[in-house]
Amino acid sequence: MRGRAGPVRAISNFKRRTLGLAALVAALPAVACAGDGTSFLEPAGPIAALQKFHLIQITLISLIVVLPVLVLVPLLAWRYRASNTSARYMPDWDFSHALEYVMWLVPVAVVAVLSVYLWIDTHKLDPYKQIASAQKPLQVEVVGLDWKWLFIYPEFHIATVGQMAFPKDRPVALKLTSDTVMQSFMVSALGGQIYDMPGMVTKLNLQADRVGSFHGVNTQFTGDGFQDQTFTAMSMTNKDFDAWVAKVQKDGIALNEASYRVLGHRSTPDQVHATLGTPQMPQQVVYFNDVPSGFFNKVVMKYTSGKAIPATRQPGAVAYGQAPVGE
Amino acid sequence: MTLTDWNPILGRLTLQSLDPLKAVFDPTVNNFIASGAADAVVVGALLGVVLMTKYRLWKPLWNNWLTTVDHKRIGVMYIVLALVMLVRGVVEAVLMRAQQADGLHGGFLSADHFAQLFSTHGTIMIFFMAMPFLTGLINIVVPLQIGARDVSFPMLNSVSLGLTVAGAALVMISLVLGDFSTGGWTGYPPYTEAAFQPGVGPDYWIWSLGIAGLGSTLTGLNFIVTIYKERAPGMKFMHMPMFTWTALCTAILLVFAMPPLTVCAVMLALDRYAGFHFFTNALGGNMMNFANMLWLFGHPEVYILILPAFGVFSEIVSTFSGKRIYGYASLVLATMCIAVLSFTVWLHHFFTMGQDADVNAAFGIATMLIGIPTGVKIFDWLATIYRGRLQFTVPMVYMLSFMMLFVIGGLTGIILANPTVDFQVHNTLFLVAHFHNMLIPGLLFGMLAGYNYWFPKVFGFRLNEKWGHVSAYSWTIGFVLAFFPLYAVGLMGMTRRTVSYTNPAFQPWFQIALAGGFFVLFALFSMGMQLYVSIRDRDLLEAGADDPWNARTLEWATPSPVPAYNFAIVPTVDSRDAYAMAKASGAAYMSPARFNNIHLPGKTSLGVVTAVGGTALGFGLVWHMWWLAILSLVLVVAAFLARTFTEDEGVTIPSGIARRDFDAWMKRIRPEGWSDDTAPEMPGLETAQPMEHAE
Ligand code: HEM
Ligand SMILES: [Cu+2]
Repeated sequence: MRGRAGPVRAISNFKRRTLGLAALVAALPAVACAGDGTSFLEPAGPIAALQKFHLIQITLISLIVVLPVLVLVPLLAWRYRASNTSARYMPDWDFSHALEYVMWLVPVAVVAVLSVYLWIDTHKLDPYKQIASAQKPLQVEVVGLDWKWLFIYPEFHIATVGQMAFPKDRPVALKLTSDTVMQSFMVSALGGQIYDMPGMVTKLNLQADRVGSFHGVNTQFTGDGFQDQTFTAMSMTNKDFDAWVAKVQKDGIALNEASYRVLGHRSTPDQVHATLGTPQMPQQVVYFNDVPSGFFNKVVMKYTSGKAIPATRQPGAVAYGQAPVGE
Repeated sequence: MTLTDWNPILGRLTLQSLDPLKAVFDPTVNNFIASGAADAVVVGALLGVVLMTKYRLWKPLWNNWLTTVDHKRIGVMYIVLALVMLVRGVVEAVLMRAQQADGLHGGFLSADHFAQLFSTHGTIMIFFMAMPFLTGLINIVVPLQIGARDVSFPMLNSVSLGLTVAGAALVMISLVLGDFSTGGWTGYPPYTEAAFQPGVGPDYWIWSLGIAGLGSTLTGLNFIVTIYKERAPGMKFMHMPMFTWTALCTAILLVFAMPPLTVCAVMLALDRYAGFHFFTNALGGNMMNFANMLWLFGHPEVYILILPAFGVFSEIVSTFSGKRIYGYASLVLATMCIAVLSFTVWLHHFFTMGQDADVNAAFGIATMLIGIPTGVKIFDWLATIYRGRLQFTVPMVYMLSFMMLFVIGGLTGIILANPTVDFQVHNTLFLVAHFHNMLIPGLLFGMLAGYNYWFPKVFGFRLNEKWGHVSAYSWTIGFVLAFFPLYAVGLMGMTRRTVSYTNPAFQPWFQIALAGGFFVLFALFSMGMQLYVSIRDRDLLEAGADDPWNARTLEWATPSPVPAYNFAIVPTVDSRDAYAMAKASGAAYMSPARFNNIHLPGKTSLGVVTAVGGTALGFGLVWHMWWLAILSLVLVVAAFLARTFTEDEGVTIPSGIARRDFDAWMKRIRPEGWSDDTAPEMPGLETAQPMEHAE
């Protein structure tokens, strides 16, 4: 039988390809040369690190099914090319019990293994689950606006736009809502994203295990300034964090109806800084103090009051802030 | 909108809505592109009208095409629509690629223009490229494969086409008058609610896919009934060709999946037009319901798109391997599994909405389950190649690229099915790379393979192989270059639908992707060249076009081009690969003992009425020209009612004509000195173009 050459070639081909793929997986960190803490490929916390691990684990397990196809397609296509009359030709052969078992059972086994991991890991990394830690989580309330995030620290009665600071190694428990359209909050280097929606509260638990600055974004398109809806997630030592809180308390302006109305307009952090910022605040950042208790809840509850909200009073709406006709 | 901007005749249409004038009001690069596109549509339409008039084509167009109920011609019109829309979709795509290649801290397009581009590109590619393409192929091929003379409801078929055309026309009009939505192809509220987008954009989106979606539902019904009822005598379900099986599954999915889309589009319309609050922020509205319904349609939709492509691949791999398809029963089972499972996974599109881990895990596992039957299909095709005699024709090149690339898309699909990782890559370019990896090598390559494969059946001459190969390779290279970099930038944290970025590490990847865009443009150009060269050389390419590939299924047991009545005598079937069996036993071309008169349904202008009326209705609704909306609705309904009072006499083709056609065909296909129908030179391809045969 001339089929002999087949397996030999298959093996050398297989080696070459496995090596190639191994190189590819190894290249993942290289892809992450994105720098400035933008990606979970350079994780800065336990959640993101596990997510990266899962990515690689799932890829490798799935390759059990994927690799044979990548190898066999060129191999079989070449071997059974029409001009190769020495290859065996069986025009009526169309079934084999043994093959059938392999074809169904191998994918079933791979998916079974993946499913077990999926079930366990999905529960382990449930974004609502508090991160186990000796320290009490830091509570931060996030309000999504067009095109900026407002971070409220209820404990300290402060709030910020453009910066979210927290101590390293201490879990951060976020509660999120939106005061405009749906958005999606993500700091990739720390953990995954979660939607924030008007009238609803979602949760996200994050933690950083090193000091640094990480890129935070909204991933859900919300209009012209969407790409500018970024912020810096800053993980710092406890001491630095206390100093930061003190600075915000000192340099902030009051978060009240008037200043919040400015935030409600469609504007980027840059533009908000230009209107509300003071020289003491960094670029693209605004600090607030005197944040009334229950501020976050009020934002959530206004959508459940059972009363209509006209476009002129809906933050993010085109007509927001304009006097309604006839008022 | 305040009442003062509204005019009883023009609705909210004003001079500012005219896109060709944008560059005049405000000359920027961005506006020149917008106005240029608008001018191109207007000039293209005018040019079409002038040429049609010059060559006196209006009458033949009306008689032979617009009013026809012939499933093959309706199929051709669907595919022409798909190819035109493909050109627009690709041009928009390359424009987006160029913007992002230049998008570090800026670029040349405005954010709003970029948003309209991804919204129209996505909407067009799904609803007006992919759907018409697969509907066209199903229309052309399925009745022939099952040995039928037409579909069950020929007039309804014409009306479905009319609805699809009306939807496409609205998207084209949006280039010239007003703006399209910026809410993406998914149109999530509340962003698409009146408070946030008061203009006409979301209304164009709602009505274009609302109207076209109705057409798809009706197509689904039509083909379910056709496949159940019109099969040739003796053809059992397990005798049906694989393409017909996938068409059946797609038709079933259409009937179950399109209504949620229509319903959620109409609910959004009620919010926008009538002050309802299904998906608004206040008054109990909740956008999560929209996401739920949209994806209740949206996930089955991706299988509506991919299954017919799988069907095409099953046909061509068996034909070009010169072999029975391996594991037919497995393939049928796998197709059915996919169709059923496709309704159980929609939640994976919003793992990040805040539901608990049990729900996410259940849907994640359901999603991975679909990978099993899909994997089986790939292995079945491989086993078909095994011990075959594979010919590297254009469709086969598409198929080999598809198998290699599709498994990579499958791998990233499995990755995305895992909520823990999806939390990271959802809404990033990783996801965009994944679905293009399924849609281009899967759906599009399948459609293009089918186009090359069945073209000779429809037009009576083959497509040029050289340009076909050039275009298949360019598509493959273009796809790899355009989308593999997106996997990388996606993992690096680049969000989708993002006009510009500040991270310089992204830029090189986008530049590679732009190069891929140019390859894709070249692939499109090659397809144009292929068509041009083939039409020019059609006399040469005619030889052997009746059965150029030595194929196995019934559609090839007819002359090319296929006569209006398909089969002079409806065949009797008692096995799979009916035509291959007949050829092998020498029974393929037996002259029937007697010919009968053939009765066919008559022409109808209802399809055209639907297309024009549907467009006018949508246009009136978009621009708040209530008189136009009401008038067109009344006229369309009246036309349908009037039709119920007339009787369709149909046309009768005398048996003499059928006999004459048959004899002419036999004279053509039986080579000189013919003695035996099983002779290897029988369908006689060698005379045209050297190509190894599978004997
Ligand atoms: C021919 C080459 C193609 C190229 C270069 C291309 C490129 C693109 C680009 C640049 C985007 C925007 C990505 C972003 O969100 O930043 C996009 C989105 C999209 N494309 Fe394509 N595309 C191509 C073909 C297709 C095909 C064949 C289909 C479907 C059959 C398709 C369906 C979509 C959809 C559904 C979206 C999402 C639109 C949205 O965000 O709402 N594309 N494509
Ligand atoms: Cu899906």
